[in-house]
Order: sequence, then C-alpha cells, then structure tokens
Amino acid sequence: MSKKILMTGNEAIGEAAVRAGCDFYAGYPITPQNELTAYMAKRMPEENRVFVQAESELAAISMVMGASASGRRAMTSSSSPGISLKQEGISYLAGAQLPCLIVNIMRGGPGLGNIVPAQSDYFQATRGGGHGDYHCIVLAPCSVQEAHNLVFSGFALSDKYRAPAIILGDGMLGQMMEPLVVHSKKKNLSTKPWALTGCKGRRPNIVKSFYMQEGGLEEFNKALQKKYARIKEKEQRFEGIHLDDSEIILVAYGTQARIARVVVEALRKKGKKAGLLRPVTLWPFPADAFEELLKKKRKKVRFFVTEMSYGQMLEDVRLAVNGRAAVDFYGRAGGGIPTEEEILRRILQ
Amino acid sequence: MKKVFSRPESLRDAATHYCPGCGHGIAHRLICEVIDELGIREKAIAVCPVGCAVVAYDYWNFDCCEAAHGRALAVATGIKRTQPDKFVFTYQGDGDLAAIGTAETIHAANRGENLSVAFINNAVYGMTGGQMAPTTLLGQKTATTPRGRNPAGEGYPLKICELLATLPAVASLERVALDSPGGVIKTKRALKAAFINQLEGKGFSLVEILSPCPVCWNKPAGEAWRWVREEMAKTFPLGKFK
Ligand SMILES: Cc1ncc(C[n+]2csc(CCOP(=O)(O)OP(=O)(O)O)c2C)c(N)n1
Ligand code: SF4
Repeated sequence: MSKKILMTGNEAIGEAAVRAGCDFYAGYPITPQNELTAYMAKRMPEENRVFVQAESELAAISMVMGASASGRRAMTSSSSPGISLKQEGISYLAGAQLPCLIVNIMRGGPGLGNIVPAQSDYFQATRGGGHGDYHCIVLAPCSVQEAHNLVFSGFALSDKYRAPAIILGDGMLGQMMEPLVVHSKKKNLSTKPWALTGCKGRRPNIVKSFYMQEGGLEEFNKALQKKYARIKEKEQRFEGIHLDDSEIILVAYGTQARIARVVVEALRKKGKKAGLLRPVTLWPFPADAFEELLKKKRKKVRFFVTEMSYGQMLEDVRLAVNGRAAVDFYGRAGGGIPTEEEILRRILQ
Repeated sequence: MKKVFSRPESLRDAATHYCPGCGHGIAHRLICEVIDELGIREKAIAVCPVGCAVVAYDYWNFDCCEAAHGRALAVATGIKRTQPDKFVFTYQGDGDLAAIGTAETIHAANRGENLSVAFINNAVYGMTGGQMAPTTLLGQKTATTPRGRNPAGEGYPLKICELLATLPAVASLERVALDSPGGVIKTKRALKAAFINQLEGKGFSLVEILSPCPVCWNKPAGEAWRWVREEMAKTFPLGKFK
C-alpha cells in the first residue's frame, strides 16, 4: 500500500501542482489559501520552477497568461475577493484559448465578507465570471485526497480543451488535514504547437482574443461554443451513493457533500431510501446523471439540494430536472454551515 | 546594383491601420530594424496590450501575445520567467503603461524583470478617441478635458522616466522623440541599447518615445511633429535618466 502522509488541502493542492508539472505559479496573499501560496514559494524553486508573488491578482492572472502562452503549465490561487479581480484575466485566457489552473478556496461574501468557508462563488465560477460567452472547467473536490487528484485532472482537461480550469474548494477543505497518498510526477507533457516560443523554423504564432474583421468574432464564438458542447458531452463527472433505489436524493458538492453523506446514512437508518448525487464537475454540470435518474425512475423521486450558499447550484439542479420532480433546498452562508440536524429536519418535515 | 534600403524581415508586407502621420508606424519599423540587426527575430516575443497598437501582430513577423489593457508587463513577466532565453518586449501606450497599468509598470521595474519596454507617449488615449491620458499636457484640450487639462482635479502630466529612476532594479531609462529625422535615429539607437541590455541580462529597460497622434491632437502631421518638439518635450525633457 502507498504511504499516507498528513497534509492540509492547500498543501495537497500545491504538491499536486508540482507533481503535475506546473512550471509557473503567481499569487497574491489572501486567507484562507495563504498556505498554498507559501507552499509554492517553498516548493517551486526547489524544482527549478518559477514562483512570483504578484503585485495584485490582476497581475498574477496575467502572469499566468504569459506563462501559459509560453506553452507551460501555469497556475494561480486565491480566495473569493481575489478571484473577482482575476476575472479580467480569466476572460482573456478563455478568449485566447489558453490553458491554466485557477484555485479558488472560497470564503464568505459579498464584499470583503470574512474568512469563513463558503460556497458562494458557484455562479461566478460556472457561468463564466468575466465578460463574454465562455466557460471554465470547474472541479469541486470534497476531500484533501480528491483536491490532490483533481489538480492533475484540472491541468489535463485544461490542456486538452485549451480552456482555463478552476478548482473550487472552500476554507474548510483548504485548511483541514487529512491522510493523503501523493501521485507520482507527470512526465512527457503534450507539446503545444501554438505556444509562443520564438518563430525559429516556423511561421510566427499569435496569441489573441481580438477579432477586428466583420464576422470574425462571431465565427470564433461559434467555434468556442462547439468546444463547450464537446466538453459538456464528454466530461461530466459525479459521485453517486445509493442512487439505484433511492427516492430522496440529496445533491451537494465539496465540503457540504460530506455533511449530506452523513444525512443520507441517517435517513437510511430510519428506513428512508435516500441517496447522494455529488457533482464533481460543476461545469460541465452533470445534468446527464439527472436525466438518467428521471428516465429510469418509474416511482416518484425527489431532490434535496444543500449548499453553503443561498441556492446557486440549486439553479442548475432545477434546470436539469426541468419540473419533472420536486426540488427542495436548504442553505446557509456567511459562516453558517447547514448541519446534519437542520437538513434532516427539513427533509423529514 | 546594391540594395541600400528595404523592408526589415521582421516587418510584414502589410498596410497598417494607423492614421496618417501617426508615430506608431515609425516606432514599429524601428523595432523591426533593431531586431533584424541584432539577429533575434526567431527568439523574439512581443506583448501588445490594448491600445491603437493592439494589432501590431498583423505587422510584425515574429511571435506576439495580446494583453489586457494595462497588463502587458505582467504577461511579459510570465513569458520571460518561463523562457529566459527568449527576447521579450512590451509595446505600450501611455494610458496602458501609466494609468491602468501603473502598478504592473512599477512592480515589473522594481523586480528588475529582464524585459525591454517601448513606451509610446502620445499624450492622449488614441484608440478610444483622444481622451485625457496621464501624460496629457497642462492646458491640452482632449475629449475629456474640453477646457484644457486643469491640474486642480485633473492632476499633472505623469513623468514615467523620472518616477522609475528611483528604483534600484531598473537598468536603463531613456526618453526620445519622434519629432524629426534626427529624433527617429536617436529613437532607434535608444531601442537598440535597451534591447541589448536584455540580451546581456541587465534587467528592466524602458524607452519612452514621444510620439505624434495628429488625429486626436487635431493637427496636421507636420504641425504634430513640431508640437512634439516644442510643447511635449518641454514637459517631458529628452535624455537618459538612468
Ligand atoms: C479594461 C479596459 N478599459 C478600457 C478599455 C478601452 N480602451 C481601449 S484602448 C484605451 C486607451 C489606449 O490609450 P493608450 O494606452 O495611450 O494607447 P494609444 O491608443 O494612445 O496608442 C482604452 C481606455 C479597454 N479596452 N479595457
Ligand atoms: S489615433 Fe493617434 S495613435 Fe491611434 S492610430 Fe491614429 S494617430 Fe496613431
């Protein structure tokens, strides 16, 4: 059996990035992800990679854009207010079809909010966040091990589709310690013929998102949408627990899914046929899983969504269910975490 | 017959979209001549942020990266840090470098990033139609200073070379002007020196180029050149600052 070590989520993400071949990291301090920036400051130079403490999140994401345009695996991390500042760069990365990994260890908002764990940036992460019709691939780990694993997936998907990927965690996941089996180092990353490496032996490459000629931007947008349709078709991921026989299905992601799992077991003990559907990709949202369930279930099934927000993923669940089953919700934000008892009470009432 | 003048290999055979008398076209060409002379076209990567010259990649025959308005030096930092063996430069307007990108400018300079900067100071925002730039002269009329720039509330022209001269990590700073054939030659010389600095690993070098924008200044081209020499250079003295 592989050796297990104890690590915080923030550190597990950092170590995964190093092992996934991340060449460049730029960040700006913000709680509750400071351990990740500090970890990269220590680890990246050890591996002869680049660490830069940027002057702002605007600069950090643009530095990542430069490193990514160079064909390197590049990453930045922040927490909610900092992620808002990164939206400019994320839109440009999406527009220039550049890969990168962005980690958001969410905290409570709006505004400065505070440093409590929250899931209030779901809309921002899954809808695009910045200007323009684009999406990032959004991955939501629920444990330290999964956070580590999803960094590899994030880089791989991002390279494959030339689109920014986001790891959406929260302060709880970032700061808690759990046993972890680290992955071995990635070698032989794919080559990127579009990268800016100097035009020796080829025609010059251009990285841009500006389309001045008439109709050019619409054509480009159509191509982007085709890419997004491909991602939606191929990359939906979720975890299901007791889905086959359940009549009440909880839907939750990240840290809140751990609480939902406890609720499911408690309901089972009471003889209720309960299950959990945990989206791992928030974009693309695993809508096909809902389709499957609704098609298969002859009997009535109902969904219960719980989030550390006032109902953001809830909208995607409702869109997926499209009126074919009841969808109830319980959420808290700003430091409140929906507890097992609160959720149980609402389900049983 | 001996050929004594031709288009640099680094310059594409394309008509530019710049207005008649605009300084951008001249600055583009000078950069290309220097890149050719130094033999670095195949390892050159330019970063062009939003501004009139955002599509410089249509005219330059080497790798180019677009950047958001103000973020050129951050993008260039990411490129140069991951590819220290390449030649990386930014080409930025005064709105870009001295207003929305001031933080990126000061911090890239302060970190001593081994980059070269061509800073086009035309005293206005060209692309958006001639609004006040941080470098607009006192009393200068623009779309957003219809009564002339008034220091009360609108501040004073920002002197980037003088400002950056205080930073220890900066290798060189020079202000030149596209105001005459002589000015063009001096501009080329300054660019070459700045580019060589990078090739020699000396760190951050910036060339501020006072450049005519006849359209937004509402002046014929010849008069615009004179205005660079007689008015702009009063506020922005030419010379080497570091
Ligand atoms: C974030 C953002 N704000 C505003 C603009 C609009 N904009 C485009 S170019 C420009 C100013 C360009 O002026 P300058 O940098 O001096 O370059 P010039 O066009 O004069 O060469 C502005 C404000 C933008 N593209 N992005
Ligand atoms: S607006 Fe000014 S800077 Fe822009 S192309 Fe025209 S003359 Fe040149």
